[in-house]
Amino acid sequence: MKRILLAASVIALAATGAQARDQIRIVGSSTVYPFTTAVAEQFGKTGGKTPIVESTGTGGGMKLFCAGVGVDHPDATNASRAIKKSEFEDCQKNGVTDIIELEIGFDGLTMANSKKGPKFTLTKQQIFQALAKQVPGADGKLVDNPNKSWSDVDKALPNEPILVLGPPPTSGTRDSFVELVMEKGAEKFDSLAQLKKDDAKAFEVVWKSIREDGAYVEAGENDNLIVQKLEADPAAVGIFGFSFLEENSNQIQGANIEGADPTYENIASGTYKVARPLYVYIKKQHIGVVPGLDGFMAEYVSDKAIGEDGYLADKGLVTLPKDLLEKVRAAVTAGTPLTAENVK
Amino acid sequence: MTEIAATAAHSMSAAESAAARRLRKRYAAEWRFRAYGVAALIIAALFIVALLSDVVVKSVSAFTQTRVTLDVPVSAETIDPEGKRDPQTLLTADYTALLRDALREKFPTVTSRNDRRALNGLLSSGASEDLQKRVVADPALIGTTVKTTALLSDDADLFVKGRVTAIETEQGTGSATVSGMDGDVTIVSTNKDFADALASVKRSLASQASALLAEADRVADNARSTTGDEKTALDAKIAELRAQVAVLNARFAAAGAPESVDAEEPTTLVKINGGVVRATEISATEIKGTTMVPLTSADAAAAGTWKIETLAVPEASRRVSDQEAVFLSVLSDQGLIAKNFNWSFFSRGDSREPELAGVLGGLVGSLLTMFVTLVLSLPIGVLAAIYLEEFAPKNRWTEFVEVNINNLAAVPSIVFGLLGLAVFLNFFGMPRSAPIVGGLVIALMALPTIIIASRAAIRAVPPSIREAALGVGASHQQAVFHHVLPLAMPGIMTGTIIAMAHSLGETAPLIMIGMVAFVVDIPSGFTQAASVLPVQIFSWADLPEIAFQAKTAAAILVLLVFLFLMNAVAIVLRRRFERRW
Repeated sequence: MKRILLAASVIALAATGAQARDQIRIVGSSTVYPFTTAVAEQFGKTGGKTPIVESTGTGGGMKLFCAGVGVDHPDATNASRAIKKSEFEDCQKNGVTDIIELEIGFDGLTMANSKKGPKFTLTKQQIFQALAKQVPGADGKLVDNPNKSWSDVDKALPNEPILVLGPPPTSGTRDSFVELVMEKGAEKFDSLAQLKKDDAKAFEVVWKSIREDGAYVEAGENDNLIVQKLEADPAAVGIFGFSFLEENSNQIQGANIEGADPTYENIASGTYKVARPLYVYIKKQHIGVVPGLDGFMAEYVSDKAIGEDGYLADKGLVTLPKDLLEKVRAAVTAGTPLTAENVK
Repeated sequence: MTEIAATAAHSMSAAESAAARRLRKRYAAEWRFRAYGVAALIIAALFIVALLSDVVVKSVSAFTQTRVTLDVPVSAETIDPEGKRDPQTLLTADYTALLRDALREKFPTVTSRNDRRALNGLLSSGASEDLQKRVVADPALIGTTVKTTALLSDDADLFVKGRVTAIETEQGTGSATVSGMDGDVTIVSTNKDFADALASVKRSLASQASALLAEADRVADNARSTTGDEKTALDAKIAELRAQVAVLNARFAAAGAPESVDAEEPTTLVKINGGVVRATEISATEIKGTTMVPLTSADAAAAGTWKIETLAVPEASRRVSDQEAVFLSVLSDQGLIAKNFNWSFFSRGDSREPELAGVLGGLVGSLLTMFVTLVLSLPIGVLAAIYLEEFAPKNRWTEFVEVNINNLAAVPSIVFGLLGLAVFLNFFGMPRSAPIVGGLVIALMALPTIIIASRAAIRAVPPSIREAALGVGASHQQAVFHHVLPLAMPGIMTGTIIAMAHSLGETAPLIMIGMVAFVVDIPSGFTQAASVLPVQIFSWADLPEIAFQAKTAAAILVLLVFLFLMNAVAIVLRRRFERRW
């Protein structure tokens, strides 16, 4: 009897699942999560329900976002990279035809070590030489990375063993790091630049492969953990987002990369090159269906959030330059959807 | 005869000594085994103590919050310009502006935009909630001046708690003269009052010099094996570093000379005549500096009426600027800043602001989820166990079922999450992030444990009980439900509570069904979006704000307390109802 009752109640509950929704649902990148949650909370304070933000990763978020239109599917997704062509097509196929792209700002990737250790001044080429699985040898042929200490890479660098704590391959931060640093660093070698022309696939394998002989330690997705390990080992270098460097500036120092220190001003002005744009994608078809979605969008691009002195800047987001911000705002006000030409 | 006796005695004693050796060996083995046991226990205890003390120490600062007391004029113009006292208008009015105005009253000379921002930044974004509640509840307060306390932001809170920098305070021992009341001023003391501050700046110079020197030595080390252009470049770099070291060392050695102070060195503040001066140049008896808060008079200050504060961490290395530090320190000197117990940690939901974040949302989500789990898994698990143990025929099929129940108990929890996504969300169309779905998924995980524990408990009831019941004419079902089940209940409850305690800490299966989420509102039902306590711990641990580290530890403590309570209940149940045969 009990069992029958339970089964009945489960089915009854299941039937109520497909009702209308009065709460915005957002999925996606864990890098954008700290910012979107802050906007969600502020939006919730002005009346209406606070949106629910899930941290699923950029790829997982896109999958959920593009699965269809309707209250069963999320209204927006956070992304630490632009939407891919394949994802955009998937969206179109499932009826998600009108997507509004919101570029919200930049996230600087930093390499940092304890203040007790030496200050690093690096170029992308040096980072590639320190971290790639295979590097060009004296004759230009690829050899297994022989560099044991930073001074093996360049004599001006400290004579400390290379020990870099960074994100695992599943992380979006790792993807950005190899694209922004390792690829650019690899291109500096004549032999690899030639390889890029001859065999783009083989070149990709070279810059995407990070050494596995213990010099690069996959330290998990938790950036706080990396910071703690850096304090314990002054010569170790960690890779993480700018906001963690800012919060822990009394204990760690950011490495100068390509002549620029990782500071807020340098990232905003583009002098510090290791930064990636962050996005939020919104389903235009849900505006008017899910209450508050347009209000949420307006809150996100408002001056008090995304502006130079907004609360997102306090949370470590590097805000957009004025002209770009105006463009994003205009797109939001007009509700201009993304077209296939704009997707790479 | 005597010979025989002697040999016998001899062989006896040989046998005895062999036996004694064996005995000693056996005792030694036993002693070793006990020693291993004790050592293992001690190591385990040490680990637990280390873990717990680490969590407790880290969590301490999360249990207090800092507030500033302000007299806030509730101006009708800001709150209710139309004068209708409409509840909706009162609810959405800008109370933060009132608090900011009241705070600015304390520092009437603050006018520059940056200073105003620094001042506003001291208040939490949720600071106005108390005032809002009071005014909405009692609109008669509009137009009056209300004494209220406002929550400080996380950085200010950490500064007040002394976790940003150590502050050393010294009374001025000489009589000090000041050159002005505002702008750049010079303070001269009749004693060597600034010697300590000067020494700390010098120390900082020395450590900068030694760091540079180490760097120069390192480069020199590397340069030895180079030739040509590379060597010239490195030599130039070494020369440059050595030159910098020489400059720093010269500054360090010049004992009496004044020393300039920038953001890389510890901050020295002088509180004198109601104002605050930040030093830009220090010598033993004299300080040149800029006023952060203007002085009320330019008279000479007697010994003991003024003081020097040194902030050990340089401004460049902390998130609280000198300006903010001065504001906080002045407020705290006026006795306006108070620390009290952080009740809101237990009464609020999640938040992105560390000072506002609480565990109630996660706690309620966990309780709802656990309730669903219990209501489903306990009856189903117990009935399944009774059927398998008492009624099911023993054949290949039941054996197959048994083996699979044992296998299920070992399946990784993320797999159950995938199942939940496919069946409950996609097929039944149940809501995402809802405790009902979380409860269903976790119930699936808890079932095997409960079935196995229940079967063991039922099997432990002696057959004589069943036989006696059957003997006086009870049906098989009556025998089981009236006699066997009540006797097996303590064992079943223990197993269930352990399964529940285990599921309380689960996060992996919840990722797939969307309960790993930021949920601010406290869930009010089984279909509302919710998160659970371990998920909140997990996501707090991942946030950059330093203040969240304490919150994470505090949330872990709350979770541990819950687990201890559940296990205590299990122990009590066993003690009270357990029977031995």
